[in-house]
Amino acid sequence: MAGLTSFVYNTVFRSNVTMLTTVFASAFAMQLAFDTGSDRIWDSINRGRQWKDVKVRYVQKAEDDDDE
Amino acid sequence: MLARSALRSARPVGAAARNAASKTASRSVSTSSSTAEGASSWKTNALPVGATAFAIGTVAWYAYIAGRDVDAMTPAEEGLHPTQYPWEHAKWNKTFDSQALRRGFQVYREVCASCHSLSRIPYRSLVGKIMTVDEAKALAEENEYDTEPNDEGEIEKRPGKLSDYLPGPYKNDEAARAANNGALPPDLSLMVKARHGGCNYIFSLLTGYPDEPPAGAVVPEGLNFNPYFPGTGIAMARVLYDDLVEYEDETPATTSQMAKDVTEFLNWAAEPEADDRKKMGWKVLAVTSVLTALSIWVKRYKWASVKSRKIVYNPPIKSPILSKLPKPTNKS
Repeated sequence: MAGLTSFVYNTVFRSNVTMLTTVFASAFAMQLAFDTGSDRIWDSINRGRQWKDVKVRYVQKAEDDDDE
Repeated sequence: MLARSALRSARPVGAAARNAASKTASRSVSTSSSTAEGASSWKTNALPVGATAFAIGTVAWYAYIAGRDVDAMTPAEEGLHPTQYPWEHAKWNKTFDSQALRRGFQVYREVCASCHSLSRIPYRSLVGKIMTVDEAKALAEENEYDTEPNDEGEIEKRPGKLSDYLPGPYKNDEAARAANNGALPPDLSLMVKARHGGCNYIFSLLTGYPDEPPAGAVVPEGLNFNPYFPGTGIAMARVLYDDLVEYEDETPATTSQMAKDVTEFLNWAAEPEADDRKKMGWKVLAVTSVLTALSIWVKRYKWASVKSRKIVYNPPIKSPILSKLPKPTNKS
């Protein structure tokens, strides 16, 4: 525990620049992860209901019409 | 966790003292009350019982005067209350079903649109929800819209674009009234929000036309009987019949299926933001629950020392002031 604390202190909090960089980078990463994860959960709950699930039929159909 | 254990360890000392104190206190109270009990009579209780009865009586009287429902209209004028249906798209974790929206839009276009406008829906909002860009563009181009005035100030006609709004069936309200026996078919854009009962009301109305009005019902000339419509006399006749439209996905087009699809479509038209709103709501709940837990922890952490401290008061040792005086010597 003590080793971990001192490691974190030495690598992150010791220099202000490093700490700010860590804060902004982790905020960006967590935002990305949260949005991606919640979108994935939402899409799995609503599978087959949203346009992105349905549109395959109609886009496919339009291309077939062009071929004919 | 540290704060909690500190709290625990501090407790026994104080608790023992408190118990001792409360025990003596309760004993003295019980002894005094037992002596009073012997002397009590109905006179002692008359005031509280009377006051309670008066309070209950006043509240009951007020509720009788002002608390009852006051109906300005008879039940027939209110209309039959619609049944609650388990709408899948109305659940907090469900989006609209795009396939159902597509079917509902087909019903709107083939049936409702002959009388009802949908003036707040542009073609662009159909894209990515109900149809592809190409389909929406083709649909828009079927109608003509006014151009901006040209160099001579003339307004010409141009085919519709994605940014145009769905055209209404009539030029204006007066034309609509003239074509419909004086009744104005309302715009359906916000109809789900605009009517008490929302989806349930619209579905019940569309499917609720009886074959013939019940005995004793007065149906004015030119109106139709529908128990769900306030006043029961509605200018719109029953429009949905089995197999009225032919769905492209080969869903059987029963009356209730069409009514359900068009209701869901109208719900989308009234609340196109609902899907995003629900998803954002869940995200907000997720983030704020973490923040709430965090703030509770911080509060407990900061208060741990305050809650577990013990304040001790040591009174100064009092000594009689006379003892500080130099003692007289008894050496005389």
